[in-house]
Amino acid sequence: MSGQNCLVTNDWICGEYVSSRSQELIDATVQHVGITAASVAIGVAVSLPLALLARRWRFLAGPILGVTTVLYTVPSLAMFSLLLPFFGLSAALVVTGLVLYSLTILVRNILAGLQAVPEEARDAARGMGYGPLRLLWEVELPLALPALLAGVRITTVSTVALTTVGAIVDYGGLGSLILDGLDTTFKAQVLTASALCVVLAVVADLLLLALQRWLTPWTRVRRIRTNRPARAERPAKVAEPA
Amino acid sequence: MNAITGAYDWLTTSANWQGEKGVWHRLAEHLYFSGVCLAVACLIALPIALYLGHIGKGGALAVNISNIGRAVPTLAVLVLLTLTPLGEHGDVPTLIALVLFAVPPLLTNAYIGMREVDRAVIEAARGMGMSGRQLFARVELPLAYPLIMTGVRSAGVQVVATATLAAMAGEGGLGRIITAGFNLQNTPQVVAGALLVALLALFVEVVLVVVGKVFDPMRGRTGVAQ
Repeated sequence: MSGQNCLVTNDWICGEYVSSRSQELIDATVQHVGITAASVAIGVAVSLPLALLARRWRFLAGPILGVTTVLYTVPSLAMFSLLLPFFGLSAALVVTGLVLYSLTILVRNILAGLQAVPEEARDAARGMGYGPLRLLWEVELPLALPALLAGVRITTVSTVALTTVGAIVDYGGLGSLILDGLDTTFKAQVLTASALCVVLAVVADLLLLALQRWLTPWTRVRRIRTNRPARAERPAKVAEPA
Repeated sequence: MNAITGAYDWLTTSANWQGEKGVWHRLAEHLYFSGVCLAVACLIALPIALYLGHIGKGGALAVNISNIGRAVPTLAVLVLLTLTPLGEHGDVPTLIALVLFAVPPLLTNAYIGMREVDRAVIEAARGMGMSGRQLFARVELPLAYPLIMTGVRSAGVQVVATATLAAMAGEGGLGRIITAGFNLQNTPQVVAGALLVALLALFVEVVLVVVGKVFDPMRGRTGVAQ
């Protein structure tokens, strides 16, 4: 029975663990993905209006960016603990904490993306009779999308890692398995859950990268188009009028 | 809010500040771990980053290492290290984890700082006949300083946060007040501990900002240049 030996000898890598506790691992992974996805989705939904507010009224930009930066400084364990009186031991506590963390990067990136929209694009849209809402939805947001999605990628990767700390209130997804494995000195459980966390982060990052390419095909087209002729026509560039 | 007034009561009870499990002792542990590890991480990361930035190589490493640092859960590393044979040596796993998580922000920021120094300035310095060493000490380092200090600041905040999480892996520090509160189902203690940790993190950030300003090699120079 070499298969069961690794559970008895408490090896780091144990196939028997993965097969016998697969349901536990799947449940933890599902919870992990659920908490991460909910946090990032709510984070985007909250950041977008905050970024729009900061852009519309300049005097709000300082306080909004300042508060989100201070939130980012608070250590994760303290953040979850401070929310305890409001949410009790619940998944909502973990999601709220993670949303607060996500605001820092998301608000900054969305704001930077909106501010980078060329004034010509706005003028052209206004000239075509676009109202402010249609301008935002059909011109500004699509042009800010690469910056937004870059922020979503960073946030998602760090949220996957931070979700593990939710184990303190028993809603940590794979983190709960890690903490449980520490109490029982169950090496295979700790290593398997930790490795799954990293795999989740990498997979999420790649999926978002694919989404980014699919949603913003023009960023690639432009790069290819400008790169190739630039190399071929470089000498001619000198003659171009400034 | 019962928990808020409870936390206030907890914080104003002097018994909670005394003894081995008291705030003062936990704070001392926290600052000791954080300070030593930040210093060690700086000694490891900054020379490498500054050298790589000076010779202009290893950019992929410097950028990727911070992505890896973001994807690997701190808690997982703390628990994994505690379960290795290193775990028998008391604080060693925590100290290693603290250094590991302080290195990426230091390395990435210092490297980017060195690379973002205006190429024209560097060529002007070379043209004036500066040697590589003079160029590094008198041009690149002062101009890269703000980003280097940004790295030190994020590393400092990271170290304080990681030292808090170390309590979940059974180590000391202020995080222990929080985890003990959870075990006792004592919400006021949890909130009080969390407030202390949050204040400490903000305090460390502010101190590092001030330290950065005081030691800025360009301090007062910009006014003269204009």
